[in-house]
Amino acid sequence: MLDLSYDLPKVKTIAGAKHDWELVIGMEVHAQVSSNSKLFSGASTLFGAEANSNVAFVDAGMPGMLPVINEFCVEQAVRTGLGLKAQINLTSAFDRKNYFYPDLPQGYQISQLYHPIVGEGEVLVEMGAGSAKEAPTARLVRIERIHLEQDAGKSIHDMDPAMSFVDLNRTGVALMEIVSRPDIRGPEEAAAYLGKLRQILRYLGTCDGNMQSGSMRADVNVSICLPGAYEKYQETQDFSHLGTRCEIKNMNSMRFIQAAIEVEARRQIAIVEAGGSVEQETRLYDPDKNETRSMRSKEEAHDYRYFPDPDLLPLEIEQSWVDAIEASLPELPDAKKARFMSDFGLSDYDASVLTAETADAVYFEAVAEAAGDGKLAANWVINELFGRLKKDDAGIADSPVSPAQLAGIIALIKADEISGKIAKDLFEIVYTEGGDPAEIVAARGMKQVTDTGAIEQAVDDIIAANPAQVEKAQQNPKLAGWFVGQVMKATGGKANPAVVNQIVAKKLAG
Amino acid sequence: MSDLNTMTIAQARDALRAGETTSAELTDACLNAIEAAGELGAFVHNTPDVARAQAASADARIAQGDAPSLCGIPLGIKDLFCTKGVPSQAASRILEGFKPEYESTVSGQLFDRGAVMLGKLNMDEFAMGSSNETSVYGNAVNPWRAGNSDAALTPGGSSGGSASAVAADLCLGATGTDTGGSIRQPAAFTGIVGIKPTYGRCSRWGVVAFASSLDQAGPMTKTVRDAAIMLEGMCGHDAKDSTSADLAVPDFEAALTGDIRGKVIGIPKEYRMDGMPAEIAKLWEDGTAMLRDAGAEIRDISLPHTKYALPAYYVIAPAEASSNLARYDGVRFGHRASLAQGDGITEMYEKTRAEGFGAEVQRRVMVGTYVLSAGFYDAYYNRARRVRALIKQDFDTVFAAGVDAILTPATPSAAFELGRKVDDPVEMYLNDVFTVTVNLAGLPGISVPTGLDEKGLPLGLQLIGRPWEEADLLNTAYALETAAGFVAKPQKWW
Repeated sequence: MLDLSYDLPKVKTIAGAKHDWELVIGMEVHAQVSSNSKLFSGASTLFGAEANSNVAFVDAGMPGMLPVINEFCVEQAVRTGLGLKAQINLTSAFDRKNYFYPDLPQGYQISQLYHPIVGEGEVLVEMGAGSAKEAPTARLVRIERIHLEQDAGKSIHDMDPAMSFVDLNRTGVALMEIVSRPDIRGPEEAAAYLGKLRQILRYLGTCDGNMQSGSMRADVNVSICLPGAYEKYQETQDFSHLGTRCEIKNMNSMRFIQAAIEVEARRQIAIVEAGGSVEQETRLYDPDKNETRSMRSKEEAHDYRYFPDPDLLPLEIEQSWVDAIEASLPELPDAKKARFMSDFGLSDYDASVLTAETADAVYFEAVAEAAGDGKLAANWVINELFGRLKKDDAGIADSPVSPAQLAGIIALIKADEISGKIAKDLFEIVYTEGGDPAEIVAARGMKQVTDTGAIEQAVDDIIAANPAQVEKAQQNPKLAGWFVGQVMKATGGKANPAVVNQIVAKKLAG
Repeated sequence: MSDLNTMTIAQARDALRAGETTSAELTDACLNAIEAAGELGAFVHNTPDVARAQAASADARIAQGDAPSLCGIPLGIKDLFCTKGVPSQAASRILEGFKPEYESTVSGQLFDRGAVMLGKLNMDEFAMGSSNETSVYGNAVNPWRAGNSDAALTPGGSSGGSASAVAADLCLGATGTDTGGSIRQPAAFTGIVGIKPTYGRCSRWGVVAFASSLDQAGPMTKTVRDAAIMLEGMCGHDAKDSTSADLAVPDFEAALTGDIRGKVIGIPKEYRMDGMPAEIAKLWEDGTAMLRDAGAEIRDISLPHTKYALPAYYVIAPAEASSNLARYDGVRFGHRASLAQGDGITEMYEKTRAEGFGAEVQRRVMVGTYVLSAGFYDAYYNRARRVRALIKQDFDTVFAAGVDAILTPATPSAAFELGRKVDDPVEMYLNDVFTVTVNLAGLPGISVPTGLDEKGLPLGLQLIGRPWEEADLLNTAYALETAAGFVAKPQKWW
């Protein structure tokens, strides 16, 4: 199903004082697993609960407490891996990542360093689908691995001048860390990659993708190289062709990610062009100053003393279970988009827009099927419905117009019962007041007038009342439009425009 | 009836069922004995109110004819077990004042079966030690004395309080835990029986962790029969412990036929260490002869990687401990150091842990941190894991060749004087030389008292069994116990 006939997007270059530079970007995305309970405890994962109310003894690191894996979280990780066309590892294992912090009660995070549950996969990142005019391009970004790990709690430093507080509600919530290869070539691609990942995860139901509440966060590795070097890396997979990378930690906004990459690349270019060298380090992005700042250097990097968690046996899963999960996967964005293009004759752009969210796609498909016209359905869903919903700051789930109602409006257009203009009025009535479109049209006399006798009468009246205009129009047939407009006005817009055109032309021709 | 506290679990069970005594009487006898035995330092938190209430409900159950084997039996619980609402501090200052909101699976199972908790028992801090001298409560003392000497001897460790209490008849049995020999060595030092079951037999849930891949709970009792009864009450699958085995628990007591004819007993040559005291060598030979006389086939075997076991153990156990003990940071429970003006979170960690942990715990945390650190991980931790796999393979090979159990000394010596080894950690660690292999391989091991040394101190032999075959191992131990006829008791001086 996957259509790889796209051209590659143009690599972002930044002009330095001496050279043009290219960017090389790899991302580690932390996606919170959609699950009612935590990775190793039965405590709730509900966001926004009262501080420290969703904490099991094991989450609080109480003595003698032990972790027990939440099978549903494993299933979600497998589902995610399958959705990213990745290798599923039937045996994986958990390791402890040791460090001290008050919001890490055990003194270690349980993660999967040595044997992650998901291996190599891929994500098709389309570019230029943001507008109907640009020709779409796309890049295949390789996924290196996905592993399961515990989230930390939250330290709160601004409630008291002398003390810090800790909220353990988030402690132990399951995260998937999705690690890409350095296949991303610019800030826009990074945002598009994250957007595509978010879309796929939301389709799969494995992460709600809510970036504001921190359900998706990204660490971004950025380096720069001269044109040509990246191709050598891709040929050999030898990282020495690439520049030294810096990792920008913990960002949860597409806009900030793009800005951070840009400003970090420029920082590195300035260093290298001045004859210096980039230090490998972890940095933080400050959106207020639009700069990245060193968080800790390689020397200051924690020694996490990873070792296999002795409280947990290796995680063994059955191929048959993986197969069952695979069989239950929903149609994913790439496949759905390709199908919309082939089955409904939609453009790449329209298909992209309509498959952005599962709910949009489901809505569209219901309209298209009921109306029997995919293209018209796409126009109405994208231009009228989405536009109107946007005005109300609402989503498809809040739409007061059901697919059947919208299909009813489209059916009236197709049957020549109403004109396009009337259809828009009708849409507004259905949107605000509800009701069956056909009944509304009948009850309110909105039906298009196709009775040529009535239209002829109206044309005759206007011709009779405007002899000067008739003379002009006979000399310049383009002015016939004025008569058409007058007729439409006189009939309250209900006259069939095609019929009016025809009669006006005939009458003017005498 | 006087001296009810000197009964075995089996005797008490039968007497309770026959209506010859009550749990309340048994419990009072034990509480009186504990009261009079302060010098032993065995019990560190007494729970007479809990005990009397549990005894009353046990008596009610027995009256109704609902009397599981442990119903009404007064026990001591090692301080490493979290007991709900009762101080549980792993003999450490860092858990000062800690009263858990939960009951460990093992102690909970015992109480569900009607057992009575007399109190919490002394131990080495976080179970790290072989003499009970690292306890924040001060050491427990061995009820045995050498000849006419009144020098205080160690009860062994880490389950020193458990051993002392059972040997001195302060309770009918006690829970212990064993990471490198912490049940078997103190049992041998005090003339009682102690079994460490197969790793995964007893749930670790609610037991303060020392080294998670090695820790196992087990009973410490006066007889092998009591060990069988109590082990059955302690073990079983627990979904809350991912390393707990989902296996049925056999009727261990029913396995005690004493018939070991045709069983193959392995004698590993590598355990014949240089400088082994003659009386230990003789004890071993005598034990071998007893099993042969009982109809077992004696076979010389080799466990070639034995000599690497102790170093591997003292890498793996501290490594896990350094991580397991990270949670004691003063943030949520237990001891927190008082801080000076301007102190931040780092100072809080440093001061709290410096004050809260004793020297031995600090030593192991530092060793463990070192062996896991970048650059040393492969040389120490990974190498130790490979050694561990080879040690397990040694045992697998021997068992595959038909050996049913392996007989070794339990300890390199009898109980030593308190204070004698406390300044030399390496000499202290050598106490575990015969026992750590069993933990590294995850096997069941039992210590049985079989004789006295020339100063009249008890000595024990260790039997090592096949994984999950505790029933068979207990039966072999029962045959050894019967043949040895060890009945000596310490002279009461406390």
